[in-house]
Amino acid sequence: MSAGREAAKKIGPRDWSGHPPYLYLPYRSTEFRAPSKPLVPLARAISELTAPVFGESSVGALDNDLTRNAVKNGAALGERITVSGRILEESGRPVRGALVEIWQANAAGRYVHVNDRHDAPLDPNFHGAGRCLTGANGEYRFTTIRPGAYPWKNHANAWRPAHIHFSLFGNAFAARLVTQMYFPGDPLHDLDPVLHCVRSAAARQRLVARFSMEKTQPERALGFEFDIVLRGPQATPLES
Amino acid sequence: MPQQTPSQTVGPFFAIALTPEDYGFQPIAGCELTAGDTPGERMRIEGRVLDGRGEPVADALLDLWQADCAGRYPRVPGGGGRAFTGFGRCATDAAGKFRFLTVKPGRVEASQAPHAVLAVFARGLPGHLFTRIYFSDEPGNATDPVLSGVDAARRETLIAQRRDTPDGAVYRFDIRLQGGAETVFFDA
Ligand SMILES: [Fe+2]
Repeated sequence: MSAGREAAKKIGPRDWSGHPPYLYLPYRSTEFRAPSKPLVPLARAISELTAPVFGESSVGALDNDLTRNAVKNGAALGERITVSGRILEESGRPVRGALVEIWQANAAGRYVHVNDRHDAPLDPNFHGAGRCLTGANGEYRFTTIRPGAYPWKNHANAWRPAHIHFSLFGNAFAARLVTQMYFPGDPLHDLDPVLHCVRSAAARQRLVARFSMEKTQPERALGFEFDIVLRGPQATPLES
Repeated sequence: MPQQTPSQTVGPFFAIALTPEDYGFQPIAGCELTAGDTPGERMRIEGRVLDGRGEPVADALLDLWQADCAGRYPRVPGGGGRAFTGFGRCATDAAGKFRFLTVKPGRVEASQAPHAVLAVFARGLPGHLFTRIYFSDEPGNATDPVLSGVDAARRETLIAQRRDTPDGAVYRFDIRLQGGAETVFFDA
C-alpha cells in the first residue's frame, strides 16, 4: 500500500448539525457570499483524502510564542495566557504532526492588518500570529496575550467577543478546518452573529475554551484549554 | 465519540498569519508552487472571486492542493524548502484576483481527468467551500466521474479555460460564490 493509498481512507461526512449554514442573515456579509445552490455530493477520492504535510521546516523556534515572536523593543502588552489542547479525529485518534496556525487581535482589540481601522493602539511588540505542529498525542500549545474585544460594522454597536482564529490541517484535505476559539464567561457571546452562525447551542459550546488552573503557570500566565475535533475515519471501519 | 468542531469564518484579518509576505514574514505556502527544477508543464491558474452581485471578493483566501505532473500527491513537508509540495495559498487582491504558478497535475487515477482541488475561505463564509479545477484541453474531462456527476449546465464552472501566451499556459478560473453562474461547490 503506497503512502497515498494509506492516506486515502474514507472519512465521514461534514457534521451539518454542528457546522454553520452558509446563509445566516444576522451576519450581514453572508447575504451575497452564500452559495444559492445546494452543495453537490462528492464521492471523496484520493484528491480530497490526501493532504499537504508539514514538518519541522514549516515552523520556527518562536512561532508558538506570540509574546516573543514579534518583540522589537520590549515585552508584548496585555494579559499573558497559554492556549493548549489536542487535535483529534472523530474516532478520538490524535492528529500527529498537524499544522496549527492562529491569529488574533492584540490586548486592545486591534489586528496588524492594513484594513483594521479600529481606533485602538497597535503594539509594536506583538503581531498576533503563530503556528506549531502537533505532537505524538495531537497536543499543541501557544503562549500569547489575551485578545481584546473589538467593534465591527455588522450592526449598530456591534462588538466581536474576544477570540483567537485557528486554521487546521488534518490527514485529509476534506478535513480542513478554520474556526475561532472564544473565552469562557464572555457576555458578548450571546450577541455575536458570527458565533451564532453555529445554530446549535451545544456546538457553539465546543468553540469556547476552558479555563484550567492546572495549565495556569504560577507568576506567569493563565491557562486555557481548547481541543479541536476534525473529520476523520469513523470509528466503524468503512470499506474503501 | 468526540464531535466535530464547528467551522467559523476566516474573517478579514488573516493575512498576518496565512499570507504574511506583505508583513515581512515567511508563509508556509504561497501562490508559487514551483521551483526551478520542478518537472512538468508550467502553467498559471488565474481568475477572480466574485459575490452574488458580481462584485469582487477582495478578502478571500484560496488553498490549492494538487498532484505533481506524474499524478502523485507529494509527501514533502511545506515551508521554507524549494521542493514541490502540491500545496499553494493565495489571497485575493482588491479586484478579487488571484493566481497560482504551478505545473499541470497528472492523472491521479486512470479514470479521473487531471484536476486540482480548492478550498475557498472568506469573510462572510461561515464555512469554507470546496471545488475542483479541471482543464479545458483535457479530453479525459468527458469521462471524468466527478464532472459527469455534475449537472451538464453547470459543469463549465469547474473547467479552467486555457490560453497560450508567450509566458506559457494560462488557465482562467473564476469563482462565483452565488447566483446564476454560481461555481459548483462540493460537499466534499
Ligand atoms: Fe477576528
